[in-house]
Amino acid sequence: MKKYDKAFLHKLLYEMMLIRHFEEKAGQMYGLRKIGGFLHLYNGQEAIAVGAVAALDLSRDYVLTGYRDHGHALACGTDPKPLMAELYGKITGCSRGKGGSMHFFDAEKHFLGGNGIVAAQIPIATGVALAQSYRSDGGVTVCFFGDGAIHQGAFHESLNLAKIWNLPVIYVCENNQWGMGTNFRRVSAVDDFSLMGNAYGIPGRQVDGMDVLAVYEEISRAAEDARKSGLPTFLEAKTYRYKGHSMSDPQKYRTKDEIEEYKKQDPILILQDRMEKGGQLTEKEFHDLEARVKAQVDEAADFAETSEEPAIHTLYEDVLAD
Amino acid sequence: MPIITYREALNAALDEEMTRDDKVFLMGEEVGEYDGAYKVSKGLLDKFGPRRVLDTPITELGFTGLGVGAAMAGLRPVVEWMTHNFALLALDQVVNNAAKMRYMSGGQFTMPIVFRGPNGPAEYLAAQHSQALQSYYAHIPGLKVVAPATPYDAKGLLKSAIRDNNPVVVLEGELMYAWKGEVPEEEYLVPIGKADVKREGKDVSIITYSKPLKVVQEAAETLAGLGIEAEIVDLRSLRPLDEETVYASVRKTNRAVVVDESWPVASVGSHVAWLISRNCFDMLDAPVELVASEDVPMPYNHRLELAAQPSAAKVVAAVKKVLYRED
Repeated sequence: MKKYDKAFLHKLLYEMMLIRHFEEKAGQMYGLRKIGGFLHLYNGQEAIAVGAVAALDLSRDYVLTGYRDHGHALACGTDPKPLMAELYGKITGCSRGKGGSMHFFDAEKHFLGGNGIVAAQIPIATGVALAQSYRSDGGVTVCFFGDGAIHQGAFHESLNLAKIWNLPVIYVCENNQWGMGTNFRRVSAVDDFSLMGNAYGIPGRQVDGMDVLAVYEEISRAAEDARKSGLPTFLEAKTYRYKGHSMSDPQKYRTKDEIEEYKKQDPILILQDRMEKGGQLTEKEFHDLEARVKAQVDEAADFAETSEEPAIHTLYEDVLAD
Repeated sequence: MPIITYREALNAALDEEMTRDDKVFLMGEEVGEYDGAYKVSKGLLDKFGPRRVLDTPITELGFTGLGVGAAMAGLRPVVEWMTHNFALLALDQVVNNAAKMRYMSGGQFTMPIVFRGPNGPAEYLAAQHSQALQSYYAHIPGLKVVAPATPYDAKGLLKSAIRDNNPVVVLEGELMYAWKGEVPEEEYLVPIGKADVKREGKDVSIITYSKPLKVVQEAAETLAGLGIEAEIVDLRSLRPLDEETVYASVRKTNRAVVVDESWPVASVGSHVAWLISRNCFDMLDAPVELVASEDVPMPYNHRLELAAQPSAAKVVAAVKKVLYRED
């Protein structure tokens, strides 16, 4: 712990807490019917997006993910206000109320979505890495997806292409163990997903997805490999989602005990505990962080609440570019 | 004016646009070392090198998706599909990502990408390799779709497609690659969304596009011998559709026959026939006729496959019907 700068650790803790609180608020507002449709919450998986993005330089690197995308957008530094407004379907939303929960985008922060088709972002991310390689700009692309995506052809086709063309892409499988209501072991020929990278000649490693620093270290190493030699990497981040697949999921496939057991390895608690033991976080500082994220999320919810609905004419906008 | 093939016209368009803009690159199956399955990309690897002419494995979904990502990150990919039959495997990336990314993101991204390759029936290839799939693309908002029928239009439209900031599907034709026509040496563009009157006439409007243009032209010659002057409107672009040029012709002739080599149900042809019926209702002297492919998968047997497709004889019969000259 001593090797990490205190400000850096505080940033990681703050971002994980911001995501957790944002998701709690989104869940509440869904219950109040302020938010409709599908809402896939990221609670429990925060260390992966935060640890990974902390290892990137978003002036040249890019991030893509699937439909459980709130945490990644926040980790990339997108303001929570347009994100919450997007959930409310307001014109001030990051996607002008046209995308909703599954389609967060922030071109400026190099966050390219937000994709609602399982695994569809994997070839796209690989294509972003192709553009980086084409321009020799030293950038890398990190592509997140879940354990449910790993059996799609799009995943396998992409890894093969990334390897034959030496593309600077880091594939991060967030194995939260449940593809909707199906345990990953029931539908996978192998339990250890890191083998999937090896099948295409791509280094495959497992990382503890509840440990933000472990994720940060692995992505840092993979990014260095990608920048130096265009080597793709495949990482399986072992994690767990606390909430249902979406808000409509009654979660009959798992027990409350199982969820409570995993909450003991909560990524925020782990980092908080280590920082306290390392003398890098006082109780007061922690409470200040809590107050900050609460205020920021409350402000986002107020912004969403008071923003305007999109005008009907916007229905016809953004279909084609000039 | 030099006379070149449709294939050479497409090759020239690629060559000129790749020379003009380093962001333009070509990828697909056999486009490089093999010089293209239909030789459209002949010589491009030698000229531009492997950075800009990429041979892909046989993974339509994968490399089409890579194209989408490269376009989002600022390049201008030209994705060659060996045929549109195989591109069905890539349809998710075209429909759910290329076409919708701009809309879903509230206008944050442009998607300058071209998807091109042969579409429509060829010969002796049977059901999986001989089909006209334009309806799949023409149906989708967020895409542009062009279907040039001559070398001149092929070159001009492909160049426009490459310069467009939206995803453009270019429908070529295996049997059309060897067709010849005049193409000027100097540079030109054919705008997307503009139909072209390929033959002027006063008695009937025949609206068509892509490969059936040839049988329509044959039919027009036959009809001229019978004293019937047909006007041929070549749509060239299916989305956006140049409705005004179609209506102007129908207002002049008061009779319309639509010729489309795809199946008749929910097709571009059936849509155009509906538009004419609705928007030129008071001008029509007869119900609009549609000559389409028969509503069956394509058979292998040559006699049967020809019977399945629009022919000059079918077009002549349809024209006689709208002129009430059935004999």
